Amino acid sequence: MLRLNVNGKDMVVEDADDDTPLLWVLRDHLKLVGTKYGCGISQCGACTVHVNGNPVRSCQIPASQAQGQKITTVEGLAQADGTLSALQKAWIDHDVAQCGYCQAGQLMSATALLKHKPKPTDADIDAAMAGNLCRCATYIRIRKAIHAAAGNLQGGAE
Amino acid sequence: MSTQLNLGVDTYQQSVIDYVEGRIALMPDAAEPNSVAYNRRSFLKLTGLASGGFVLAFQMGDDNVAHADMDAKFAPNAYVRITKDNLITIFAKNPEIGQGVKTSLPMIVAEELDADWSKVKAEQSPISSAYGTQMAGGSTAIPRNWDTMRKAGATARSMLITAAAKKWKVPASELTTDKSFVIHAGSNKRASYGQLADLAAAVPVPAESSLTLKKREEFKLLGTRVSGVDNPQIVTGQPLFGIDQQLPGMLYAAYEKCPAHGGKVKSANIDDIKKLPGVKDCFVVEGTSEATSGYPGVAVIATSTWAAFKAKKMLRVEWDEATAAKDNLVQLTAQAKDLAKEQGSTKVKNIGDVDAAFAQAAKTVESFYTYPFVSHSPLEPMNCTAHYKDGAIELWAPTQMPTFGVRAVSAAIGVPPDKVTINQTRVGGGFGRRLMNDYMCEVAMIAKRVDGPVKLMWTREDDMTHDFYRPGGFHSFKGAIDAKGKISAWQDHFITFGTKGRPVSGGGMSGTEVPGPFVPNFRLTQTLLPLGQPTGPWRAPGSNSFGFVTQCFIHELAVAAGRDHLEMLLELFGEPRQLAPNEGGLHTGRAAAVIKLAAEKAGWGKKLPAGRGLGLAFYYSHAGHFAEVAEVSVDQNKKITLHKVTVAGDIGPIVNLSGAETQVQGAAIDGFSTMMGLEIGFENGRVQQNNFHQYPILRINHTPQVEAHFIQSDYPPTGVGEPALPPLIPAVANAIFAATGQRVRTLPLRREGYSV
Repeated sequence: MLRLNVNGKDMVVEDADDDTPLLWVLRDHLKLVGTKYGCGISQCGACTVHVNGNPVRSCQIPASQAQGQKITTVEGLAQADGTLSALQKAWIDHDVAQCGYCQAGQLMSATALLKHKPKPTDADIDAAMAGNLCRCATYIRIRKAIHAAAGNLQGGAE
Repeated sequence: MSTQLNLGVDTYQQSVIDYVEGRIALMPDAAEPNSVAYNRRSFLKLTGLASGGFVLAFQMGDDNVAHADMDAKFAPNAYVRITKDNLITIFAKNPEIGQGVKTSLPMIVAEELDADWSKVKAEQSPISSAYGTQMAGGSTAIPRNWDTMRKAGATARSMLITAAAKKWKVPASELTTDKSFVIHAGSNKRASYGQLADLAAAVPVPAESSLTLKKREEFKLLGTRVSGVDNPQIVTGQPLFGIDQQLPGMLYAAYEKCPAHGGKVKSANIDDIKKLPGVKDCFVVEGTSEATSGYPGVAVIATSTWAAFKAKKMLRVEWDEATAAKDNLVQLTAQAKDLAKEQGSTKVKNIGDVDAAFAQAAKTVESFYTYPFVSHSPLEPMNCTAHYKDGAIELWAPTQMPTFGVRAVSAAIGVPPDKVTINQTRVGGGFGRRLMNDYMCEVAMIAKRVDGPVKLMWTREDDMTHDFYRPGGFHSFKGAIDAKGKISAWQDHFITFGTKGRPVSGGGMSGTEVPGPFVPNFRLTQTLLPLGQPTGPWRAPGSNSFGFVTQCFIHELAVAAGRDHLEMLLELFGEPRQLAPNEGGLHTGRAAAVIKLAAEKAGWGKKLPAGRGLGLAFYYSHAGHFAEVAEVSVDQNKKITLHKVTVAGDIGPIVNLSGAETQVQGAAIDGFSTMMGLEIGFENGRVQQNNFHQYPILRINHTPQVEAHFIQSDYPPTGVGEPALPPLIPAVANAIFAATGQRVRTLPLRREGYSV
């Protein structure tokens, strides 16, 4: 049995093997499917979640090791009343998504970035976001939306 | 399995490709008796809703038949639904794969309806023959549905006006509409569409000839930037995608196929697997001999995805590879290089006298170009959920091709098409991969043996090693420049893949590619090498490789002639004229206009520091005219920086400017990513790359600036998911030459020591 704290709620998982990656416990057992499977080897970043505020690849950590930690997924980015975060709003305003499959992971990486660097430069964005693959290549808008959410006046060029 | 029902690869795949490439409008098929040819669905049908309000749907076939099952089935087939609360629901018929149709198709209806977009709800329509062919491919959604969507909106608007005119006893001609309201200025009366919905439901459907469609300058919504309708769900992680489907009691399946394409199961340690934790069942699936219909394999059924993946790793399968692919790409490449010295055995096209032109030429140039096989690798790996019960099957499918999916699944498990229900999910990337419905056939074959719903999930490794690859190819060119500095002859021996005289998908060239129609002496010959790997359409099929080789070789000839590339291209096109479809179909005036615009915006001819250069290319595909200028620098270690891509395109009027811009940006970066580092190799029929560490798709830190300019003409609108990709590759390659004097002729550039 696993005891996890996800998006501020304590949750119990009865039937997962100890080695089950956090990704699959979130998706299959807790039905939190916003976190995506892309590669299973920490190459694409689609499965990015926060553990104690830090971005991690949930395909790489067994859920058992995430016990006692604060896990945040894309479902937990908005406030309890549904108010979206500045990044979520910017993602909508700048129409970032194409297929949208990678965007949960992109948002989790971007959220962690802004927490540590509220006014990131392009170089900061490159460093923080290079682990997140977007097959549709929405990178130009990801950059723009991060700058917009940070309130940076100089945006990445469109 | 009934072989009668089995669609062969030639039939199925060729029909998909023909459809995507516009050779057929809709496959005639007795299995789909309700199918109606696209052109016949020209009028609209009105029906009431139990809850009040009204629905507009296409009338199909016999009027009385349509009425008979109106209550049960008509409402879901609608394109427009207006309810009393003034909510307007507009259905998008085609799958959303990231190309933006779930937003853009409803926008067209909303424009002519004069609907308040903020109160429009866009929904994915059901998959039903009532909608004709439903698919995402070939950049066709906008051109194929533009007229119909506009008429749907205009018809609804006309009926709402008629209803208001009756209510207020004023002439309809005195009424206007704005943001979901009918307005009578004279009496200062306003009524919302919702308030008028019940009355409108009683109004006869107007004749199509009575409709007045807006002029382009009257558009209020079209041409603006509209954010995708699913964005609020995407940013909050709601279950939209195929992989997100959850059903009560659902089990999870993984499926192991022979690493060499087409191999069969000889034996497997099934009894051991069944004992593993979480495993419910394990069995051999007989499968078919065709990649499109589901290959043989071993299925593992488990209580979670992880349990299924773990058990799949423990499988020990002995494969019968008698019928499997045995290709070796290194050998095939060596063979192609030998063949390049001669003309091809098949003469595809011959105009004028190439040999005479070579004999009289002031200069000749010979070059050999190659490009690799590539994988689609959409980020959502192949998956599908299915529930088979009592001779019927329901699927939840992230597919680009639901209409053909019904047929494929029907054939795969021997149930009639009317017992196959497909729920279309949002799709985590297509790029052509999901035009093939192999994973749907697989889950159908598996679901038939599972009690309850089951989700088949491929691993990334399954996805990369069991794709329908963009075929690689080889071109041996010879070109001639005459005394006036003009291209006087063009010869291409295209070494491609295929069997029985027929090139594989994406591996056939027609000779209409620029400059084919514009040079006086032209010869295209072809040699086919046998291939066991499955291939298929990959974003801008054919064009994505032919654009590279042809538009680079034009530049080589311009350099040899000592002429400016821009000037030579414009000279080639000559006076504005429309080419016939069998000449390629482009318009030389539109081509010249985008070339001039891209050159002007990019500052063509400007002075750049050493190691930095501009490259230009034009390509016409999917009815879109696109020219691109790349600004590149290359350092001493062959490290490439793509600073900026300037794109000029003419696809007629723009539907969603935000969507069009992002497609252009994505296509340009996809092209750059692919040309720099992506290739699939195979040995003994086995694909050698299996995950992103071996398939380095570019990241944000190598993203160029991409500037998109559109010439918004009054030509009918065409699609934008694909045509911005082909010119990117030659533009960058030509820029590398401008920066360094080195000509690149082999992709990916990583092979020649270049890096990003």
